[in-house]
Amino acid sequence: MYDFTYHKPTSVADAVALLAADPDAKPISGGHTLLPALKHRLNKPSALIDLSGIAELKGIKREGDAIVIGGMTRHADVATSAEVKAAIPVLAYMATVIGDTQVRNRGTIGGSVANNDPAADYPAAVLGLGATIITSKRRIAADEFFLGMFTTALEEGELLTGVSFPIPEKAGYAKMRNPASRYVMAGALVSKGPMGVRVAINGAGPCVFRQAAMEAALSSNWSADAVAAIKQDADGLNADIHGSAEYRAHLVTVMAKRAVINAG
Amino acid sequence: MRRGQKNWETLMPQVTLTVNGKSHTAEVEGRTLLVELLRETLRLTGTHVGCDTSQCGACVVHIDGESAKACTVLAVAAEGTSVTTIEGLAAADGTLHPMQEAFREYHALQCGFCTPGMVMSAIDLVQKNPQGLSEHEIREGLEGNLCRCTGYHNIVKAIAAAQDVMHGRVSELARAAE
Repeated sequence: MYDFTYHKPTSVADAVALLAADPDAKPISGGHTLLPALKHRLNKPSALIDLSGIAELKGIKREGDAIVIGGMTRHADVATSAEVKAAIPVLAYMATVIGDTQVRNRGTIGGSVANNDPAADYPAAVLGLGATIITSKRRIAADEFFLGMFTTALEEGELLTGVSFPIPEKAGYAKMRNPASRYVMAGALVSKGPMGVRVAINGAGPCVFRQAAMEAALSSNWSADAVAAIKQDADGLNADIHGSAEYRAHLVTVMAKRAVINAG
Repeated sequence: MRRGQKNWETLMPQVTLTVNGKSHTAEVEGRTLLVELLRETLRLTGTHVGCDTSQCGACVVHIDGESAKACTVLAVAAEGTSVTTIEGLAAADGTLHPMQEAFREYHALQCGFCTPGMVMSAIDLVQKNPQGLSEHEIREGLEGNLCRCTGYHNIVKAIAAAQDVMHGRVSELARAAE
């Protein structure tokens, strides 16, 4: 790992000022993606701005018909939150199946969403529930946020501070993990609620995406059979030593079916 | 400087943390990992580095009571925390922690390399589940720890026995079958 200067601000304003002062600085939250990347020298930030000292970025609260989760809230906190379990159980469930116990004790929702790894879990929840991303300067709808592999609408120096999830009537998540790495090969989050019927697919493509044909089918008939008939186009999906694009396309339908069953 | 070139113009960051109940202050680089601080500065070599990619769990310690992979935590980020390593489990008189005792009784180690991390993860798992864990739940709870000898069977048995002692359901560890 190349060396860097370390900062630990205690407010969002200070963190944003540090980022603005140094274009080569990077924010770090749980570090379970960034530190392994730095060990491989894939990145050479001049400074790391540790967000873990910023109290205002932590916590879960209900605001009207939404659950708002601070960016530095850990997966372990979402998984065990009574508030999340009561209002959006699928989100609490998802947090219990991210990585392993030690990853969940350090990793944060803000880090996962801002990083937008194609095989991450949370982007499926953000897109599939029609959440709103809250940043240091604006609010961004999920549909406008995820732009491509490891790419989001966040601008230079803009900090993701939280995510607001509208409470759905029902929602379910299912994923197929790679048996060795445990990363998502293909996953689906389906929901029905104030944001309409939504189906978000993660793991299968270079970026999380909505499956329009499945959304249309579930809108007229909310059942596993409705999505079972819909084939995902393999064109543009990920293909690697772990599975072909056709295999992932097949998994998309299977995971969507299971997600509908999990949603009840 | 063992690794790379020291930047003499930058002041080395200092970190103060409690390790196994004792306060330590050390000069580190920004990039120094917690596991490097523990092993190389404090000479607590019971915490192992297996994969160095947060997969294998040989480096698991407790930070403020919760298990974490010390190969993926910056030493400076542990400022002000209380860290427990495998060396901090046994009592001053040498009496083993019930989890250590169970690992010994159930022969839950072969080469022993993964053992410190397994024990630390297992204690966190048991402490968070006072209702008791089934064999299946123990196996799932160990997802972040790899045993390259594949000695999982006895590790699971040891944790199942240790949880009864840790939660006070029995006063003595159940003996392993002959």
